[in-house]
Amino acid sequence: MRPNEGKEVGTVRRSGMSPARQGILYAILILGSGIMLAPFFVMLVVSLFPNEAFMARRFPLHQMTLGNYLEVFRVLPFGRYFINSAVVTVSVTVLQILISSLAAFAFARLRFRGREALFLLYLATLMIPPQVTLIPNFLIIKTLGWYDSYPALIVPALFSALSTFLLRQYYRGIPLEMDEAARMDGASSLRIWGQIIVPLSWPAISALAVFTFQATWNDFLWPLVVTTTDKMRTIPIGLSYFVGQYSTAWHLLMAGSVIALLPVLVIYFLAQKTFVQGITLTGMGGR
Amino acid sequence: MRKASWTRPGVRQGTGRVSESTLMIHTRHLDARPAAGPRRNPFRWRPDQQWEGYLFLLPSLLGFLIFVFLAVAASLGISFLNWGLTGPQGFAGLDNYRDLLRDPVLWRVFGNTVFYIVTIVPMQLALGLAMAVALNQPLRGQEAFRMIYFLPMVTTIVAGAIVFRLILSRNGPLADLVTGVGALLGLPLSLPDFLSSTRYSKWSVVILTLWKNTGFTMVIYLAALQGVPQELYDAAHVDGANAWQRFRHITLPLISPTTFFLFILQTIGAFQLFTEPFVMTRGGPAQSSMPVVQYIYDNAFRFTRMGKASAIAWFLFVFIFGFTLVQNIMQRRWVHYETE
Repeated sequence: MRPNEGKEVGTVRRSGMSPARQGILYAILILGSGIMLAPFFVMLVVSLFPNEAFMARRFPLHQMTLGNYLEVFRVLPFGRYFINSAVVTVSVTVLQILISSLAAFAFARLRFRGREALFLLYLATLMIPPQVTLIPNFLIIKTLGWYDSYPALIVPALFSALSTFLLRQYYRGIPLEMDEAARMDGASSLRIWGQIIVPLSWPAISALAVFTFQATWNDFLWPLVVTTTDKMRTIPIGLSYFVGQYSTAWHLLMAGSVIALLPVLVIYFLAQKTFVQGITLTGMGGR
Repeated sequence: MRKASWTRPGVRQGTGRVSESTLMIHTRHLDARPAAGPRRNPFRWRPDQQWEGYLFLLPSLLGFLIFVFLAVAASLGISFLNWGLTGPQGFAGLDNYRDLLRDPVLWRVFGNTVFYIVTIVPMQLALGLAMAVALNQPLRGQEAFRMIYFLPMVTTIVAGAIVFRLILSRNGPLADLVTGVGALLGLPLSLPDFLSSTRYSKWSVVILTLWKNTGFTMVIYLAALQGVPQELYDAAHVDGANAWQRFRHITLPLISPTTFFLFILQTIGAFQLFTEPFVMTRGGPAQSSMPVVQYIYDNAFRFTRMGKASAIAWFLFVFIFGFTLVQNIMQRRWVHYETE
């Protein structure tokens, strides 16, 4: 969506900067990086040493250990949290995009009565803060008998006005002649969606997928509300309960935090551009 | 313009679909032609889009009906009910709303939320813009800096909150650092007790939020800065404008749509703040850092006062909606659109 991002960096005029000014600029930027990275550094160091080491502020290298990471899995059903987070995140990402993509296709490429009105209705829901639907959705989940289960964590998250809207905008940019040509060759709408529109929208879909992945992995309020047992808690929820119980077991808390960060960080390093695109595109990363 | 339009996405929807119907009519006669290929199916390329449209929409629409449309209506309904430990207990009329106005805790937590908005939003805009301007220079390692600044954005809030609990705690690393610097300078410096003082607990949330979200502001600003035409700066340079004047009279007006977009987005985000204070301080001590959303959560899920909680949610919605509306009107005064 922002095709020039990153590319324009090279076109900045390379003139008019004295070495002194450049030095100051670097100093500021490095200081800023230090501040940004410090919490990660603290997290990592504390997680690699026994708690006593942190208390005494002495970190002799021979005491370095991965034991805290194993300990976290002993103290907490952290493996279970991890599986829950993975199942929920992958299901939500795949299904939400699939459902949104089908709806976006209808809104962008098919003609039916009430299309514009329905689309406006979808857009209007973007205005409604999620706190408004939180309570009724909790009650709906209870009524359906889904409380503290995977469906409770997954199903309500599958319907996103934002994803539908973004995909529809992208689909509209694809020339209609492609559909017509395919229809002439006898392709059904489903085929046009699957073999023309979706492949052509891959940049938008992948950016959206990465965004949805990290948003779901990090989601807090909804899983907090609909889970009650360790069997169903996701990593952020498990960690937050852990804070309550072991508020001074910093070595374990930090090890748990590192594990919680890892999957998203790995994706960030692998697909940095897509990631930044996804978050800036959806603009909802600000929360 | 493109970015600002996210906040009022309905505005830019043209129809512009003349060509489609023309093409349909235009191609219809083709099915009278003798077989053009073996895979030709005369019924398939003249589909009943009326039904197909609904079919493609069906999964999404079903979910929206239940989890969005029904939920919004139910929320409004619940806000007019008395709700006890066992469930709804009759119609309350406007009582929930009337009680809200007299509830000192609500005004307290609302004040906290306003505090978060007026601290976080301007600081984040200023810091993000400063970082973007610094990075928008011909420098080596720009990509690396950008990656580092964006890094906190992708972290789990809970993990960030936990590590800041450690960093800001009474005998945490930052306290060490401050005392150490104090000793070096011969001053009795010490870090305020961020987490357990009613005076500073809100600031711990502000610090965490700034650390986490400023990178996002920076990335958006950076894209905007790169869209400012260099000729304008050159012309201003020739006219003798200094760096500050160029920033003030060229950069700021030209990126004002981005500022507007970020301003709205961050204010809405700050209205909805929950996880950061919840994990860091549980809203305490003595509700000093509790935001409105946590008050909704507590009422609904700790005290099962669903009616009251729903009323607070609508109260919040009205404020967010009103704010967005007012800003959309106000933007004419300070947002500069090139196209207009």
